[in-house]
Amino acid sequence: MRALLAMGEGLYCHTRQVTRTTKSGPVAPTGPLLQWPAPMSPAVRFHNVSRRFGSVRAVDGVTLDIAEGEFFAMLGPSGSGKTTCLRLIAGFEQPDEGHIEIFGQAVVGVPPYKRNVNTVFQDYALFPHMTVGENVAYGLMIKGVARSEREAKAKDALAMVKLSGYEGRRTAQLSGGQRQRVALARALVNGPKVLLLDEPLGALDLKLREQMQEELKTLQKDLGITFVFVTHDQGEALSMADRVAIFNDGKIVQVGAPAAVYERPMSRFVADFVGSSNVLSPAFAAAHGGVSKWTSLRPEKIGVFAAGTVVPAEHAHVDGDVKAISYQGSVTRLSVAAAEMRVVAEAPANAARFKQGHSVRLIWPKSAMVPMEGDA
Amino acid sequence: MTSAVAGEQRGGILEGLSDLFIARPKLLTLLLLLPPLLWIGIVYVGSLFALLLQSFYSLDDFSGLIVRKFTLSTYAQLFEEANRQIIMRTVLMSALVTLACSIIAFPIAYYAARYARGWTKAFFYLAVMMPLWSSYLVKVYAWKLILAKEGIVTWLASSLHLSWLIDGILALPVVGGPSLSFSYVGTFLVFVYIWIPYMILPIQAALERVPSNYLEASADLGANPRQTFWTVILPLALPGIIAGSVFTFSLTLGDYIIPQIVGNSRLFIGQAVYTLQGTAGNIPLAAAFTVVPMAIMAVYLWMAKRMGAFDAL
Repeated sequence: MRALLAMGEGLYCHTRQVTRTTKSGPVAPTGPLLQWPAPMSPAVRFHNVSRRFGSVRAVDGVTLDIAEGEFFAMLGPSGSGKTTCLRLIAGFEQPDEGHIEIFGQAVVGVPPYKRNVNTVFQDYALFPHMTVGENVAYGLMIKGVARSEREAKAKDALAMVKLSGYEGRRTAQLSGGQRQRVALARALVNGPKVLLLDEPLGALDLKLREQMQEELKTLQKDLGITFVFVTHDQGEALSMADRVAIFNDGKIVQVGAPAAVYERPMSRFVADFVGSSNVLSPAFAAAHGGVSKWTSLRPEKIGVFAAGTVVPAEHAHVDGDVKAISYQGSVTRLSVAAAEMRVVAEAPANAARFKQGHSVRLIWPKSAMVPMEGDA
Repeated sequence: MTSAVAGEQRGGILEGLSDLFIARPKLLTLLLLLPPLLWIGIVYVGSLFALLLQSFYSLDDFSGLIVRKFTLSTYAQLFEEANRQIIMRTVLMSALVTLACSIIAFPIAYYAARYARGWTKAFFYLAVMMPLWSSYLVKVYAWKLILAKEGIVTWLASSLHLSWLIDGILALPVVGGPSLSFSYVGTFLVFVYIWIPYMILPIQAALERVPSNYLEASADLGANPRQTFWTVILPLALPGIIAGSVFTFSLTLGDYIIPQIVGNSRLFIGQAVYTLQGTAGNIPLAAAFTVVPMAIMAVYLWMAKRMGAFDAL
């Protein structure tokens, strides 16, 4: 593990800068792009990138900066273009329009085998005719690293993913979680500058997935490598990533830190896709102390009280009848038919005293109402 | 029994049998397997065994009768100069045909497995399979005409002012001859033509099972297309190549019609067996000759397994 870390660090010839660019402010490259490593160049830069498959725009005008050392998640429903974006970084796809840079180097037209990025594939793509050790050492073998050296590095990489002693195994003898670790070791042993992960946890069961989430996060912090992580699981993206890009229809609809994306969804799509949300009409929002715009209101921000409860200052309320209750362990969800719409509220245990048909008063702080851009 | 518990009146031989089979599923399996097992055991392995037995008999040179006494003298005859040459010639031809078939078949199979979709795939299957639907004899005779001195190949060569090329090939020692249809070159070409579908189909099937993300993973780990070919594609296609080569190699080893029709008068193993068991009546030597291809194939498969050709299966 130490050897691998040292190897990784050797590649970072410039000091690591935490250039956490905000969603609006990709930092303009200072100095000529040819000079490498350019001082401020992000790990990955997309400028107006499009990729079409026939008439389908899989990626549609994406502009994006991923900072060095960042754990970046691409989140979106299937077919939203997130995986294509990842494949564009890896080089498996070439853009029809736009520029892609990896650490300041233009990579459009550069084949995958000439890029210093490595991928953990969704179904791992471990070579069945090689042992675990040979799989992990494959990239080093291709680079012409001597057998003893690459075996030592493969051993270290396997130790790092807690699979010491598995070198001689056949990949067919491994469980899903173990294969995932081998795929990770096989990618990391090459000391990539960017690690791409294509739904790497999708095939694992829940407990294992949660465990791997933690391990991946720790690994990323230890190695300091930029991770680009594709997932359709919003919980996964929010819990692991430093920043999240939400994809829809080939476009990035919002980029930001998990908390910012969750707390301040900019569109109905994000409000719905990341967590769940009550989308209030402009009229309703305006009538309850908000702005006359489509507005997001998270269920957990709404308190459920008995009818007639006094409303505190800076709070809004609506009265209604409980239509459905669904117990979800840590919380209870109540669907309340208010004046003109259904409002979903999430409440802790105390909500158990309300039954279906009860009249309730829903109260929430006015600040919890988040006005959204566009799409009426 | 259960029927009594259920309180139903059951009877008859069929229902009794049915109960028996449910209680003892292995008995049913055995019963179903018995006819094919008997077929394989008696008709197939049995006749092979009879053949092996014959090869340990010998022919009395004086009376021309078969001496039914165990001896290895028949096998010793295989190592006589004339017979040894027949074996060497056949093995060499089989090896060359197999090599040529695999080299020609691989790109075709690769295209079919990776790129052909829809109608191109249908066209591929048709093009590969169609020759197998027509008579082997007709195809071989057609080739005799194609390769004949007055045939289309000679005509085409002279029209393109390439007659020197054909003459040059025919002037080569050993492989040449009076015309393409009377030379080893001709025999080789026809063998390759006739057996190549048996090479294309298994390779295509093997390549079909290599998911494209293995190739992406290989490229991702820094392998250029050529390295990917040697380290990923070829090893994974190897079982298919081996399967195809088993066909082309053993079919060439045993064939006696193609060298009879297209080629010079030097014998191949198949022809030797044909003449020995027919006019010469030397069944023991014919049997010993047929054991040669079997032994070669056994060694070949053993070596392929040792080399790990079947590890990815």
